[in-house]
Amino acid sequence: MGWAIALHGGAGDIPVSLAAERRKPREAALRHCLKVGVNALKAQKSPLDVVELVVRELENNPHYNAGRGSVLTREGTIEMEASIMDGNTKRCGAVSGLTTVVNPISLARLVMEKTPHIYLAFDGAERFAREQGIETVDSSHFITQENIERLKQAKEANRVQIDYTPPIQKDEKKETPTANGDSQLGTVGCVAVDSHGNLASATSTGGLVNKMVGRIGDTPIIGAGTYANNLCAVSATGKGEAIMRGTVARDVAALMEFKGLSLKEAAAYVVEECVPRGNVGLVAVSAKGEVTMAYNTTGMFRACATEDGHSEIAIWPSVQN
Amino acid sequence: MGGWAIAVHGGAGVDPNLPPHRQEEAKKLLTRCLNLGISALRSNHSAIDVVEQVVSELETDPLFNSGRGSALAANGTVEMEASIMDGNGRRCGAVSGLTTVKNPVSLARLVMDKSPHSYLAFSGAEDFARQQGVELVENEYFITEENVGMLKLAKEANTIVFDYRIPAVGSDTCSAVAESPFQMNGLPISVYAPETVGCVVVDSQGRCAAATSTGGLMNKMNGRIGDSPLIGAGTYACNLCGVSCTGEGEAIIRGTLAREVAAVMEYKGLGLQEAVDFVIKERLDEGFAGLIAVSNKGDVACGFNTTGMFRGCATEDGFMEVNIWE
Repeated sequence: MGWAIALHGGAGDIPVSLAAERRKPREAALRHCLKVGVNALKAQKSPLDVVELVVRELENNPHYNAGRGSVLTREGTIEMEASIMDGNTKRCGAVSGLTTVVNPISLARLVMEKTPHIYLAFDGAERFAREQGIETVDSSHFITQENIERLKQAKEANRVQIDYTPPIQKDEKKETPTANGDSQLGTVGCVAVDSHGNLASATSTGGLVNKMVGRIGDTPIIGAGTYANNLCAVSATGKGEAIMRGTVARDVAALMEFKGLSLKEAAAYVVEECVPRGNVGLVAVSAKGEVTMAYNTTGMFRACATEDGHSEIAIWPSVQN
Repeated sequence: MGGWAIAVHGGAGVDPNLPPHRQEEAKKLLTRCLNLGISALRSNHSAIDVVEQVVSELETDPLFNSGRGSALAANGTVEMEASIMDGNGRRCGAVSGLTTVKNPVSLARLVMDKSPHSYLAFSGAEDFARQQGVELVENEYFITEENVGMLKLAKEANTIVFDYRIPAVGSDTCSAVAESPFQMNGLPISVYAPETVGCVVVDSQGRCAAATSTGGLMNKMNGRIGDSPLIGAGTYACNLCGVSCTGEGEAIIRGTLAREVAAVMEYKGLGLQEAVDFVIKERLDEGFAGLIAVSNKGDVACGFNTTGMFRGCATEDGFMEVNIWE
């Protein structure tokens, strides 16, 4: 028993040859966000507050595909989405199609707490953001040069693309696993449990590079990208369409509940049996304070920590098992 | 066992004081749509084709809350959403925020079949609709006089915190004059519009499919998305079953209701009716909802914890039933 936290910055075909100047800032961000989350848990903040806080940090970081640093639609625009869920009450909030909201995850939380609805999107969501006085900026704030390059490349290749593909060189190694033309774009997410077993999950993203305007992925879909109940909290990442039809986040919890699997077994089962290889990753914590980070892709930007002092920051498979 | 089966619904949560002629109208429509589906199944159409065809028919008819006859959003316009799922392969398609597409469920199907994505919304979805050449109409086409009246009542009801009495203003084509203590989604049942239509089918090859379509909650905030377009919440199909839900969107989303039926079948080995009963009884907390489901074995089931659900079902062995109440 004790608190636990896990966060991710996207799963996919992250090349082991990823250049240091691209890998290091991301690792530093993971380290920083983990620290923010751990400190908040130590300060007895609720898991709901913790996951929102950590995801805000990831959204503010331009190296990850959420908030600032979001990938671009085929029109070169920004459309962000997010969802949050409280395990105790199963209350949830979700947003899609945001263009000016600095922290989509916070707007999702406001939808949950300040409206009779769960999910607001596009103009309606933007209008609500203004009513609530949440921080908004010109859409250009979210756009990075890196993502402009990625969009260019994706258009040239005429397919949706992995976000961490270096925008400068074209490495053929990346071509094959994603030959079906669909991206395995990352999102960001965080799950947390406190020492009383309260759970929460939050996920946020800019979506797929070169996506059609109006495309919604798994991230704002409760049960797909995000889920939390009194057993566990899950945040998924990867190919949105696969996560949606696999109801990934919900299935981890369902396996624990209906088949009595442990958190680790359930997560492993879902990424190995319920979705195609190379498509999905997730982080999850249980009411008992366990943590697991599972993926069937080459790698997943991730970090976790538990109250007993264990902590991990990684991209590719860890050395042990 | 085995053989095809089909179920349709026109929403859960029915005003117990609904005038008899309205009840008859509803049953007639459900019967007509059921027969449409049965005919298609007898001609060996696939489950995915049948659910699309039946829901399309329900959207076109102004009676229920989908397509024409949709509930109105707060600004008086119609914003429609739908989803469809093919149990064979678990492919899916969904749309939200449609304002000019005559048949949302057909656009959802096109998203599934003709786009690289699974869910398109608002202007992006409308653009896709134009590209695909689907039938488009003015938003006014979807708006019925009755719903204009209902919106007015809903706005008044939403400003009344504890009093369930509806002032008898105008509309006598609905039963709004009656007092009703039962509320759904914050609206008294006499004003609440059952939210969706749906269809689930298992064809003669044992393939399951499901589709759901709606105009959403009366007086909803513009931009509000409910459970109907969300895979796993309002709609779900896999190789074991097909499920379509209706009722309080929040409860259905939190309960991931459609997926839940399939999950207890898959992970707990429950049969279809058992699974449906379990989900309605155990997964709704204080929420109100209903659902219809079919299994790959040719079973059909429905369940609801509301006062009634407009529904109909039929199986290959000749069973057929259209009902509103328990």
